[in-house]
Amino acid sequence: MIPELGHFALIVALLLALTQAILPLYGAQRGNLTLMAVARPAAQGQFVFVALAFACLAYAFLTNDFSVENVARNSFSQLPEVYRLTATWGSHEGSMLLWVLILGFWSTAVSVFSRHLPEDMAARVIGIMGLISTGFLAFLLTTSNPFERLLPAAMDGNDMNPLLQDWGMIIHPPMLYMGYVGFAVAFAFAIAALLSGKMDVAWARWSRPWTTVAWAFLTLGIMLGSWWAYRELGWGGWWFWDPTENASFMPWLAGTALIHSLAVTEKRGAFKAWTVLLALIAFSLSLLGTFLVRSGVLSSVHAFATDPARGAFILGFLAVVIGGSLVLYAWRAPKMITGSGFTWFSRESLLLANNVILMAALGSVLLGTLYPLFMDAVGQNKISVGPPYFNAVFVPVMAPALFLMAIGPLARWKEASLPDVVTRLKWALGVALAIGLLLPLTLGGFKPWASLGFFLAAWIALSVLAGFVDRLKHGQGGLLQKLATLPRGFWGMQLAHFGMAVGVAGIAVVANFQTERDVRMEVNSYAELAGYTFTFRGTTEHDGPNYRAARGTLEVSQNGKLVATLHPEKRIYNAGGMAMTEADIHPNIYRDIYVAMGEQLDDRGAWAVRLFYKPFINWLWFGAVFMVAGGFLAASDKRYRIALRRSDVPKNLAAQGA
Amino acid sequence: MKPRRIKHGLLAILLAFSLPVLANEPASEPANAPKVALPNAEDPIIEQRMVNLAEDLRCLVCQNESLAGSHAELAEDLRREIRGQMKSGKSDKEVIEYLTTRYGDFVLYRPPFKPVTWLLWLGPALFLAIGAGAWYATLRRRRAAQSIPVDEKKLAAAAQLLEEK
Amino acid sequence: MKRWLPLVLFVVLVGFFAKGLFLNPREVPSPFIGRTAPAFTLPLVGNANASFSPADMKGKVWMLNVWAPWCVSCRQEHGFLMQLAQSGAIPIVGLNWKDKDREAAQLLAQTGSPYVAVPEDLDGKVGIDYGVTGTPETYLIDQAGIVRLKHVGPIDAEAWKSKFEPKLKELGA
Repeated sequence: MIPELGHFALIVALLLALTQAILPLYGAQRGNLTLMAVARPAAQGQFVFVALAFACLAYAFLTNDFSVENVARNSFSQLPEVYRLTATWGSHEGSMLLWVLILGFWSTAVSVFSRHLPEDMAARVIGIMGLISTGFLAFLLTTSNPFERLLPAAMDGNDMNPLLQDWGMIIHPPMLYMGYVGFAVAFAFAIAALLSGKMDVAWARWSRPWTTVAWAFLTLGIMLGSWWAYRELGWGGWWFWDPTENASFMPWLAGTALIHSLAVTEKRGAFKAWTVLLALIAFSLSLLGTFLVRSGVLSSVHAFATDPARGAFILGFLAVVIGGSLVLYAWRAPKMITGSGFTWFSRESLLLANNVILMAALGSVLLGTLYPLFMDAVGQNKISVGPPYFNAVFVPVMAPALFLMAIGPLARWKEASLPDVVTRLKWALGVALAIGLLLPLTLGGFKPWASLGFFLAAWIALSVLAGFVDRLKHGQGGLLQKLATLPRGFWGMQLAHFGMAVGVAGIAVVANFQTERDVRMEVNSYAELAGYTFTFRGTTEHDGPNYRAARGTLEVSQNGKLVATLHPEKRIYNAGGMAMTEADIHPNIYRDIYVAMGEQLDDRGAWAVRLFYKPFINWLWFGAVFMVAGGFLAASDKRYRIALRRSDVPKNLAAQGA
Repeated sequence: MKPRRIKHGLLAILLAFSLPVLANEPASEPANAPKVALPNAEDPIIEQRMVNLAEDLRCLVCQNESLAGSHAELAEDLRREIRGQMKSGKSDKEVIEYLTTRYGDFVLYRPPFKPVTWLLWLGPALFLAIGAGAWYATLRRRRAAQSIPVDEKKLAAAAQLLEEK
Repeated sequence: MKRWLPLVLFVVLVGFFAKGLFLNPREVPSPFIGRTAPAFTLPLVGNANASFSPADMKGKVWMLNVWAPWCVSCRQEHGFLMQLAQSGAIPIVGLNWKDKDREAAQLLAQTGSPYVAVPEDLDGKVGIDYGVTGTPETYLIDQAGIVRLKHVGPIDAEAWKSKFEPKLKELGA
């Protein structure tokens, strides 16, 4: 009953999405207020029904309804309740439903927070999002129905992949999708601007907070995925340049370029056509990512069960949405008047450089990810493109952007004074160079890449400080008072840039100074690593809800004092017999101590154990969190909120401007 | 009574004699005798070399892990093979050639630099160059747009207006 | 005109993706096509005194089928291989790969053997020499000992008709 209800809710949602798309878009074209007014209730109604469908699927999982094929394939009765819930989005069908749910959420958010927009713009934005919802709901209902029944019902499920049974699974996909899918709002704003032919500074002001919030969620989602992989995979790695990881990183690069380009459009009215194109590119990359992961075109450890038929549908959908938007762009873009001028050295020119470099980095990642496909498609010998390529190429391309990141915020708009900026940053450059050259020596030896990383991190961090000093020079009142009056947009930028510096520093340390040992440990034997002594006390049998485990005990001490007792496990899951190693980590601000069990070596309890020393690894996660916080802070700047309060603009007056 | 006391006495003496003997028996090893754990690998230097090389190689079974990290049987076989070759003095290049002869370039995570991959390796630099060109061209356009001469008279009139205020 | 550039690039990309839907990114191509099949000498299953070497098959077009008793997909193709063997279309040599428990002889006795010879490769070294990544994999080798074709996965009537038969005709067998 419940699954059928869910299925029915999806059908209703599809009809509402169609309504949400067709009527308002037509209405906006014709200036018909009544039709335009359909947008908001349609979007909200659609969200309600998608949420209902999602709730039905979640219910099926929570109640172990193995007559639903999706539940039978991805769940297991012994699975802890929370993972039975997350299994709702653990499959292709379920995650597509999550996609549509989150798109509905964003559409509803736009419908609520758009009272200050001219009615035709709001109608177009919501209408475009309705078109996208329609496409995905149609895809779900025709090729990927999560409510497909399995008759006769299975006795029990196939179990969830043990790697997914981690609380990273609870939070990483939703946050990632909030970001991915959130770029649809920027996309819709861009299309609305192209359709109406109007693109002014107000447009940038409206779309900027939405874009920044989506970007912040995407940053959070990617960071959670990386953190989860680090904890779960047992080899201490945190980024593998796997096609699916790249599929989320490319929209992030485009999104970062976009939020910076929007700054120029908002403040100076320049780069309009480019900003619109970037908004189209960012969401197109999100859609591309969806295609790559589900079509079987690239081989990836994250890929869902692949099916060329589904791949063909998504590709067709991609072609229509992206192709259509690019046709619209080619047709309408020249109508956008170019903005005001600026000189060689100005904030605009530096932000343009930022965009150029980010696009080059994006192009490189795209090239590396798709090259094997290109080679295969033209009949050449297959090759593989992996971390050695990406690491070799990405760092040199991004480094200039990181360098400029320290200078941009201190440069004035339109025309900045180079001597002025040099004066402000001279000391920062000196200190950063010193840190870059000397710090590696204290950590264990000179390494050029570490030096570069430290230099850039210190350079950016000190520039953030210089930015505050600069701003606080003017204005009245005490220090705290002045700090309080600084706009949130400024705080957000500083925090996000500082977060980047922290992240770069973390990467520089951990990539260059991490150490590991692979030892055979008999009971009561010890090994040393990075000044720590690890004593193995053997294993005990330990049973979890859906697995049996050998639980090791390792005492970690430093200078004779016990620092931590770690319990890594080697688990065998009941349903499939799959073995998995569950590492145990002792974190602190300066390092992680990471231990993973390998294989049992003999009958007397000796095990192969891998010990890792990961210095500053947590700075990666902290840095990302600062970036996310900075994004949310900037989006909450009062100039966006004032617009909300100004509901005094008569609606019909605004519509007349259509 | 007397015989019992003698028995007790004898027992006591017997016990007294046997105690030192008991004490001198080699005790079972103390519970926490520390022992240094040996590296899991036979030869740590070769192992490190092998792992460094294997990290840049693709596991052909799982396909999305490196040969260093994969637990697949074929991966273990290949790691063993690489270790053996390194021990017998083969260089990294020779080992790579051994593998690509049998599995093609597909096994390398670092694509070789051949005419067919020039675009791949030179692409990023090309993108930066194109971008720099676009940056330059945009700036030239903007500078030209900027240098619209200001009307001096209008400027003076405006200044006067401001002063009047 | 550069406003059309994004669209043009996108169309090219879509073209590649469309082609990509028909390809299999997981299939490892063989660098042996057109090269001499690597030499080896291995004892036969159940008869350590006899041995097999590719040179034994010079002058004939033959198939080297890499299989293992523990391999489930190999059982799938077993029926078809038996048909092939009985029809005499082509001699099949079954390379027994990594059969640590030595179950091959017993299994073949039970199910019947389509093979003219069953060399055993216990440690998988010959498999590595041939670039084997799993079972079943089959090589088509010509009269001069050159590898003409490699098929990954079980052979069925479909694969036989579309891949093997045309090649056999080419080689005049």
